[in-house]
Amino acid sequence: MDLTFNADEVAFRDELRAWLAANPAGTPPHGDEDAHYGWRRDWQRRLADGGWAAVHWPAEHGGRGATLTQSAIFYEELAAAGAPLPANVLGLLLAGPTIMTWGTPEQQERHLVPILTAEEIWCQGFSEPDAGSDLAALKTRAVKDGDEWVLTGQKVWTSMAQYAKWCMLVARTDPDAPKKHQGLTYFLMDMEQDGVEVVPLKQITGESEFNELFLDGARVPDENVLGGVGNGWKVALTTLMNERSGLAFFLQVRMRQLLDQLIGEAAERGLLDDPVVADKLGELHLRCEVLRLTAYRDLTAIETYGQPGPEGSLTKWMWSETNQQLTQLAADILGPEALTNGAPWAFELLRARGNSIEGGTTEVLKNIVAERVLGLPRLK
Amino acid sequence: MHFDLTEDQKEIKRVARELLAARSSWARVREAAETGAYDPALWDELRELGWPGIAVSEEHGGQGLGAVELAVLLEELGYACAATPFLSTAAAAAAIQACGSDEQRTRWLPALASGEATAGIGTRALCADGVGADVLVLLERPSGEAMLVTGAETAPLEAIDPTRRYATVSGGDGEPLGGGGAEAVAAADRVRAAIAAEVVGVAQRALEMTLAYVKERRQFGVPVGSFQAVQNRCAQMLLDTESARSTAYFAAWAADAAPERLQEAAALAAAAAADGGRSVTASAIQAHGGIGFTWEADVHWLYKRAQLDAALLGGARQHRARLASLAAARA
Repeated sequence: MDLTFNADEVAFRDELRAWLAANPAGTPPHGDEDAHYGWRRDWQRRLADGGWAAVHWPAEHGGRGATLTQSAIFYEELAAAGAPLPANVLGLLLAGPTIMTWGTPEQQERHLVPILTAEEIWCQGFSEPDAGSDLAALKTRAVKDGDEWVLTGQKVWTSMAQYAKWCMLVARTDPDAPKKHQGLTYFLMDMEQDGVEVVPLKQITGESEFNELFLDGARVPDENVLGGVGNGWKVALTTLMNERSGLAFFLQVRMRQLLDQLIGEAAERGLLDDPVVADKLGELHLRCEVLRLTAYRDLTAIETYGQPGPEGSLTKWMWSETNQQLTQLAADILGPEALTNGAPWAFELLRARGNSIEGGTTEVLKNIVAERVLGLPRLK
Repeated sequence: MHFDLTEDQKEIKRVARELLAARSSWARVREAAETGAYDPALWDELRELGWPGIAVSEEHGGQGLGAVELAVLLEELGYACAATPFLSTAAAAAAIQACGSDEQRTRWLPALASGEATAGIGTRALCADGVGADVLVLLERPSGEAMLVTGAETAPLEAIDPTRRYATVSGGDGEPLGGGGAEAVAAADRVRAAIAAEVVGVAQRALEMTLAYVKERRQFGVPVGSFQAVQNRCAQMLLDTESARSTAYFAAWAADAAPERLQEAAALAAAAAADGGRSVTASAIQAHGGIGFTWEADVHWLYKRAQLDAALLGGARQHRARLASLAAARA
């Protein structure tokens, strides 16, 4: 058992810290989502120039072949430096590795570099109005037409679709397949065409991070099928299973920063001596640390056994619950100040409600824990 | 970064699990609980194996291993809910080894490591294994010093946990462990880290018994474990158990490898174990339904042990307050 970084990890961290110190991300533009995204895109270009955009990718594709621990260090340091996530985060974490696993040499040649440099942004077309947690229920149809596929249907919760050149999209190519997860195909779809309409989805925060995607005769050539016709479920699992544990470290550090900020606010108001406030802050500190420690246990399990341990399925659930408690406590402590439109805490409070829904609802995560980790029987 | 037990530590865990499954069955635990006496054969066997001195140096007659190995054994003894004075004796020995003065080490370690002497740990109001103990390690305040007390008067306390003997303490001669100050505070944190490790095993056992039961027990024609309300309860039990484990292992590791982090780590472990142990074992009773409320089922031993361990830890609240002030000092 060793909870310190080894020499390679320390060297990696120190090199990154020095680079981040010399290349600050700067202050984000305020109040303009497009300008904010442009800032993140520019940030990824600078990361790519420095060789830091995709540390977890193999060196042959422009990464550093970083270990999971180094990848975790990357995200921790990024957050600690106050820098944003790279703009093309779905491309880097999901599309790139899926194309590396299933793509032909031509597909890899075509797509990986523009993902790395943020020249081409990627979005993910998985969820549909009636296929959220139950992805295999998706209805979007793809029909063969010569050497092309014609796509019709609707996708929801597509973040970054308004900036994306490409979409990793799963559609039903064989509606007569005996089981619903059969007859699916994974497409790399060009977003810049007439059959694709992107409609921003206004969230409870008032912002539009997500979009609805309407497909009406969108066309995808054969060469943009990934992993073979009818193999979409397996390819989609690669995307879903892809290592996102690094991201947990970014979010974990961000939450710690938010907690430190809240402690500062409480101190300014002389509330640290209030036993109820102190109790809640102590609990939040405990939860932040449990999350960090459990995430490291999970990393070790993946590095040792090639798969997450039982604790791995718990971190996202814990993180969302803790972030909601934290932002609610801020509203309790700050009162109207935290409940005014435009106040950063008001945004955090509202945004946190999405945490337990996006990327797997807490209810589904509990079901997954019960069935796959604890081996409890499924109700027929 | 490698946050897992080493192969050697896993082997210790495996051996302990097997031995205790054979020697400390529920029937034996029940017998000890109902007669109010520890199982002398089990204690003799643990002594022969040298377990009480696991974290005592070879120079003083111990095994020369560390706080993580002690935590591993405690987790398994908690899992078995074993009726022995192991926790008090081994945790006191480990604290004296790490933080005691030369004189304290020479005086106490050989006898504690061999199990010829036993120790009590806790406070004057609640001391585990206080009656008949040769020496007491008392923790009076959450961030206070551990005191070595001898010659105290102890009186049996009929606590709700009959798998362990408890006492109240009065009088006696006390001296701070080690040179007092930081050493004595670290000693207290080591004892709390040890108690927290036991709770991890208690919670793990409660979870496993519950899973076995809800897979087996059928109502409405299906296993009750197929109902989502039951499943969600079990998932929460896993989360609480693993949270306690992450912090307990961190505290055990910090005790030897990063003493400057022990204070915070022990507070994290104590807070997670005190609340986690209570809620996981309470859930175990609930998930067992009517049978879980009977004396005949064994889950209540775990619930009672978790309650008393939480009390020995001083409850979660004061550790959360300590964590808040540590976080505020850093923020």
